[in-house]
Amino acid sequence: MDLSAINPVLLLASLMVAATPILLAAIGELVVERAGVLNLGVEGMMIVGAITGFAISVETGSPWLGFLAAAAGGAVLALLFALLTQVALANQVASGLALTLFGLGLSSLMGQSYVGIKPPHFAEIDIPLFSDIPVLGPILFAQDPILYLGLALVAGTWAVLKYTRAGLILRAVGENHDAAHALGYKVVRIRVLAILFGGACAGLGGAYISLVRVPQWTEGMTAGAGWIALALVVFASWKPWRVLIGAWLFGGITVLQLNLQAAGVAIPVEYLAMSPYLVTILVLVILSADKSSAPASLGRTFHAST
Amino acid sequence: MIALEKRPQPSQVWSVATPVIAVLATMVFGGILFAVLGKNPVEAIRTIFWEPLFGEHSFYYRPQLLVKGAPLVLIAIGLSLGFRAGIWNIGAEGQYIMGAIVGAGVGLAFYPMEAWFIFPLMVIAGALGGWVWAMIPAVLKVRFGTNEILVSLMLVYVAEQLLASMSLGLLKNPEGYGFPGSRNLQQYPSAHNADLIEGSGMHWGVVAAMIAVIFAYVLLNRHMRGFHIRLAGEAPRAARFAGVSPPRLILFCMGLSGALAGLAGLFEVSGPSGQISIDFNVGYGFTAIIVAFLGRLHPFGILLAGLLMALTYIGGDIAQSQMGLPAAAIQVFQGMLLFFLLAFDLLTNYRIRIGKAGVA
Repeated sequence: MDLSAINPVLLLASLMVAATPILLAAIGELVVERAGVLNLGVEGMMIVGAITGFAISVETGSPWLGFLAAAAGGAVLALLFALLTQVALANQVASGLALTLFGLGLSSLMGQSYVGIKPPHFAEIDIPLFSDIPVLGPILFAQDPILYLGLALVAGTWAVLKYTRAGLILRAVGENHDAAHALGYKVVRIRVLAILFGGACAGLGGAYISLVRVPQWTEGMTAGAGWIALALVVFASWKPWRVLIGAWLFGGITVLQLNLQAAGVAIPVEYLAMSPYLVTILVLVILSADKSSAPASLGRTFHAST
Repeated sequence: MIALEKRPQPSQVWSVATPVIAVLATMVFGGILFAVLGKNPVEAIRTIFWEPLFGEHSFYYRPQLLVKGAPLVLIAIGLSLGFRAGIWNIGAEGQYIMGAIVGAGVGLAFYPMEAWFIFPLMVIAGALGGWVWAMIPAVLKVRFGTNEILVSLMLVYVAEQLLASMSLGLLKNPEGYGFPGSRNLQQYPSAHNADLIEGSGMHWGVVAAMIAVIFAYVLLNRHMRGFHIRLAGEAPRAARFAGVSPPRLILFCMGLSGALAGLAGLFEVSGPSGQISIDFNVGYGFTAIIVAFLGRLHPFGILLAGLLMALTYIGGDIAQSQMGLPAAAIQVFQGMLLFFLLAFDLLTNYRIRIGKAGVA
């Protein structure tokens, strides 16, 4: 075992990369849940995003188009969920599960001819001067654009929810859909938009795994990242900045256990690989005591009786 | 203007008709999917739904129907009780794996001794393994209010890692020339869950599934606990006034569904599959969720739904070997079925009114 082989600067830099997929998915899901909808299909939307993004960037040679397609792919799948839960008024838990099962199947069907291919390289942005700063430079200023997009989305979501009228309406719909309806807000329309946004974010997160983090396509490669993102929203008590902290925490654990595997620690690989899931459970237990911040209408079906 | 009007009571007719309509719609859209993949859609649908039952080799496939259907029904029965009460155990896949590991572990501990009590002990161990794994999210929910959906699902990934660790380490066959995987229980008579009638596919798991269906029916219709389960799902407030204790209900539903999933895993590992290996689980725990909904959470419905889903597995295998239909296409097909089911369920609870909506 050689722990000195683990370079803390590289560790932190790869922590940011490992955190980004769940960060993107979780910030999308946060918006969905603040609108009062529980979409358990994050895993399905992520994996569909992963393969759409991968396929399109391999075909076109442009990772940018890939990410765009991934967002669209996630949103299309989310649209199915929106149709089921907002139009057909189906149970949200069951619909979310259906989305995940369907997405996993669809992605492996779509990905059959893409196994073992390398995607085009997605260049990091080197911010001049800043990236040369020792320690902080490689961690903060030499990452890829989607990672920065993730951070910007967190800030943007926070600002929109807190300071804008649109954010206020979204929260009103999530807290009490009957009251929001009585005030004349289009509950269903707002929720559908939120669901689509969540789907696009999850799709981006999935594509980040297949295009940047790994980068290649294997079946079921999201391996529960979507579920961890769902847990992250609970962990964050539905607050954007806490999602960021949570994502870094989980990213850190993932990277650390991978590094420990590589360093040849005496713990068997399988037990190290379990750790992110066990930590998720642990964190859920610690933070579940406080339920007060959950949107009051979360998971309830809205049907205007008049 | 099309408007939805909530029915005072769910329609009896539609609740039976929707699964049938959903299956038909899935056949149509599945056919379109197969056509997009460049296969003859009619031929594909016929291969999936007709070939296993009445085709040339149906004598081989019919027993498979029981072999594949039994774990699905066993798991789905357990899940349906929780789903009815609004308790979402979606980690049945993990409980299935744990049942198999613990049950097979007990059997292998006795190897090579031959005795009548080994298999019953394995059955108990398998049920306990699944039960314990399901009690983790149940106890956490009761004690800390933790979301059981997320915890039970996280435990699936943990169980998968444990399975890998077991088949590479503790339970690895010492005479297996270094290959991963345990000893084959089919070659260990005291632990083998053999066909009760040779070649019928009828093993102890099928018997257990039948018993579970009848048990669940009696529980739901003739027993106070079953009434509480239904009450808690349909009218949580009324249930609380009636003195239903939510913690007890959670522990009961999660524990029972875990034990049944564990049993399914044990019967699978000691019978059709034969050994603990890295790719032992094939997603029965997740497909069982579809089965539970397709069967409308009703025991007899689940029995039929389990057989239908087993049919798509077997038919899918045939279509894969005969027509080159990708295995993933069947997975999409099954997911589609759940979608249509949920969508058409609208008609059970709501009435569609066409025409001008009146002013309330």
